[in-house]
Amino acid sequence: MNRFLPDVLIHTTEMMKNKHVAVIGGGIAGMEAASVLARQGLKVTLVEKQKATGGKLNDWHHLFPDFSSPGVVVENLDKKTVRAGVNVVCHTEISHIERNNGRFELSDQRDVKIFADAVIVASGFHVFDATLKEEYGYGLFSNVITSVDFERRMKKHGKLLTLQGTEPRRVAIIHCVGSRDAKVGNIYCSKVCCITGIKQAIEINKMLPECEVFCFYMDLRLYGSKFDSLYLEAQKRHKIQFIRGRLSEAAERPDKSLQLKAEDTLQGRPLRMNVDLVILLVGMEPALSNSSLMRNNQMKPDENGFFRSVNMHEARNVGTQEGIFMAGTAICPMAVNETLENARSAALEVMNFLRTDKNHGGF
Amino acid sequence: MENFIIIPFTVGLIYLTLVLIYRFVKWVRGLSKLDKLRLVQSFKIRRMLRSLKEVFYEGLLHRKIFRKNPVLGYMHMSLAFGWFLLIVLGHIEVMAARRSLLVPFYLPVFFRYFETGTTFFASGIFSFLMDFFLLIVLSGVALAMLKRFKKQLFGMKKTTRLKTGDRMALTSLWLIFPLRLLAEGMSAELYGNGSFLTSSVGHIIGSFSSESTNLVLWTAYSCALGFFFAALPNSRYMHIPTEVLLIFVRNAGIRLKKRNNTYTDIQVFSCSRCGLCLDNCQMAAAGINHAQSVYILKNIRNNNLTDEQLFNCLLCGKCEVDCPVGINTIDLRITQRIESTLQYNSSYNYLEDLPARKASTIYFAGCMTHLTPGIIASMKTLFHMAGENVWFMDEEKAPCCGRPLMLAGQHDAASKLIVNNTRKILGSGAKTLVVSCPICYKVFREDYELGNVEVLFHAEYISRLIREQIILPGKTTTRIVYHDPCELGRGMGMFEPPREVLRATGKVIPVKNEKQMAHCCGGSLGNLKISQQERAVLRNQAVKDYQQYLPDVLATACPLCKKTFARHRGIEVMDIAEIVVSSIRKSAEVVPVKASVKEEAFAEELV
Repeated sequence: MNRFLPDVLIHTTEMMKNKHVAVIGGGIAGMEAASVLARQGLKVTLVEKQKATGGKLNDWHHLFPDFSSPGVVVENLDKKTVRAGVNVVCHTEISHIERNNGRFELSDQRDVKIFADAVIVASGFHVFDATLKEEYGYGLFSNVITSVDFERRMKKHGKLLTLQGTEPRRVAIIHCVGSRDAKVGNIYCSKVCCITGIKQAIEINKMLPECEVFCFYMDLRLYGSKFDSLYLEAQKRHKIQFIRGRLSEAAERPDKSLQLKAEDTLQGRPLRMNVDLVILLVGMEPALSNSSLMRNNQMKPDENGFFRSVNMHEARNVGTQEGIFMAGTAICPMAVNETLENARSAALEVMNFLRTDKNHGGF
Repeated sequence: MENFIIIPFTVGLIYLTLVLIYRFVKWVRGLSKLDKLRLVQSFKIRRMLRSLKEVFYEGLLHRKIFRKNPVLGYMHMSLAFGWFLLIVLGHIEVMAARRSLLVPFYLPVFFRYFETGTTFFASGIFSFLMDFFLLIVLSGVALAMLKRFKKQLFGMKKTTRLKTGDRMALTSLWLIFPLRLLAEGMSAELYGNGSFLTSSVGHIIGSFSSESTNLVLWTAYSCALGFFFAALPNSRYMHIPTEVLLIFVRNAGIRLKKRNNTYTDIQVFSCSRCGLCLDNCQMAAAGINHAQSVYILKNIRNNNLTDEQLFNCLLCGKCEVDCPVGINTIDLRITQRIESTLQYNSSYNYLEDLPARKASTIYFAGCMTHLTPGIIASMKTLFHMAGENVWFMDEEKAPCCGRPLMLAGQHDAASKLIVNNTRKILGSGAKTLVVSCPICYKVFREDYELGNVEVLFHAEYISRLIREQIILPGKTTTRIVYHDPCELGRGMGMFEPPREVLRATGKVIPVKNEKQMAHCCGGSLGNLKISQQERAVLRNQAVKDYQQYLPDVLATACPLCKKTFARHRGIEVMDIAEIVVSSIRKSAEVVPVKASVKEEAFAEELV
């Protein structure tokens, strides 16, 4: 007993020290996975295409359901990666992953080459391009914005104004833009938009108590443990009005306000309404780089274009190419806390893989 | 000579004649009073000659099939025209031999059996010609057999599935002429009354020659003929006599008018099930292989048409383009839809009678343009530049144009919307109605009665503005591929105005599949059964084709096509109105030319 355990640990630690893991994507999933692995003694390189890590969280104003600061999450993760000794490479967008002699060769469009024993793809998601729903007028009408624009504006200015600089008196929040919409080719649910919409509606109400807020939804998917209570709070305390029905079209009026046409499916009636501002809750799509990352290896997309897991229950982080793993929204839409949990489980899968990897002196 | 050999042939022929008379009389009697009047009035020499000419060109020579594929055309021509000549020449030969104009009806068919070796005026030439045309017909039969097994040689990707009745008729048809060759060959060997072909065949089978084998062969030939005639009315070969009637009826100006009548039957029975429509149908790419026009026609005839098939069609009209018989497949299908949904029509009794506004021009954007506000914005800019006094009729509230309901067969419901819109259009006193959606355009032109109001498609309106130099778009080197929308191109025959507009702004690249053969974008409102995934397959197929020409922009003149193509995400898609407006902006020609005159009127419009 006494002899057995330490031997294994010593052997493991020695062996693992020589292993190198490359993590693609310096968002929260990549940062979390990289720092966990580095803390276990592995050499880890985190590659980020932007000038800094943090990914999309850098743009967010507040997180649901507790209105906490995404900046703090990113800050803590930054500290963790530095402390663990992760080698962070920014300004580098990996476009190819190739397996050579049992190792992986990662390269970008220039001449950067990274060699690794295992790879974690944490390339995240792409925000749905709302101009594809031309009937909602995004990009055409100045007072139609997306939920991403809302977060950015709130973060930058701390307030919400129409393009004319006035405080909106009526705001419509449109759910499921680019999600569960076969017409635009996305039949899946992006999962986080419903609660994002409720969070943003409450924020508007807190900021502008006189402003009426309407949420147009198909059905509300409030899966998180605290989400339903936030929904109740939105209705009771903040007087947010929820209308079951998809928006059919928006038209800009001469005063730049918007006329909405929809159907209230609970009343079974067509509905026409004027609002000052429309917020489109845009969904999550597979990252644009997915196809190039899959090109030179055995990684496969799932039916929605995200990375396919070998088993969605037992091995969600394991990709169809041996030695390549996924973390976070590269697998499917998920919230911040789920992403972080998912990244830690990806790190564990990598450890298990490298330990048992016969080609590399594992046991 | 044994006379009984004519019995199978005679029985078959009498049965066929009786059935044809019964059906033709029934069909003509079933036409409406007005249509019957039309038919009677069409009995004029010039019209009859025109119809006869068409029967000759299409029924015998098969000119349309020749144009599509020469080998396939030859196959049909050699069978139809060759057989026709055999019949005509056979009669002349018998008349020459008997020196009489009145000859027994069966004699030309069995001439070589009954006429053993008498010579008469030009008998050598006759037998040579008869052999020659027999050879032509046989070459057609050989090609037909080859086509069943190797359809690719005939430029066809698909051929129709046959049912038992058709198979029996087909087999007897294939047997007629080889048996005739053998029988005449045998007679030639026995009596020396053949020419180059039959004599040679006679020599080859000479070792079996005897009176009895001769009798057996001629009996078999007679049976094949009789069997074919008997099978014809219940097989697809009914198209041969029916097509002749169809040509006369169609040339009398008779059309389907939203309800079935016997004109439906005439068209249905005229379908030869050649399958040319199958190759033109895009839906096969999405794995839909049961709803094409040929199957719809067949199922109408067999009374087993399902709604699943009836409504699974883009109504793009491509099948009509190559139909050698000229069947109006779209009208026919819409009529079936009307009949199958008669009890579901909404009363629309909640429609409001909104007041009309006085204006010289009306703009009707329609539901589809409302889904593409970019096009509306461009149209408003153009109207503003033209200084037009425009009433944007459906800006806030207005019923749909009615066309989507029409496509779904909801004719009565559509009529309610048409009445409502018509009242407003006429009430406004406008001279012009501009639409930017081909779906609306088609129904306004075909089903509305708007008196003197001129209905203009935006392409026509814009090209007029360009010609009158009211707007001045700047020409660039932008490579433009123009996609013909189904409802506008094949549907309304409008191919040039949109291209004219685009030529003023850039370089229009001609593509292989354009105009009559243009793709459907896949977004069609006509199909009520197709899934979004299947639509995406059709859309991607079309985009892939257009991308070969490396366009900077894919132009279209239909908001629905625009939306459908935009979802592909791999190609820039713009409506012609948007292209024109952006080219005016680019050439910095923003100053409205005539705006000063009526600007105030328009400013009021906006408020």
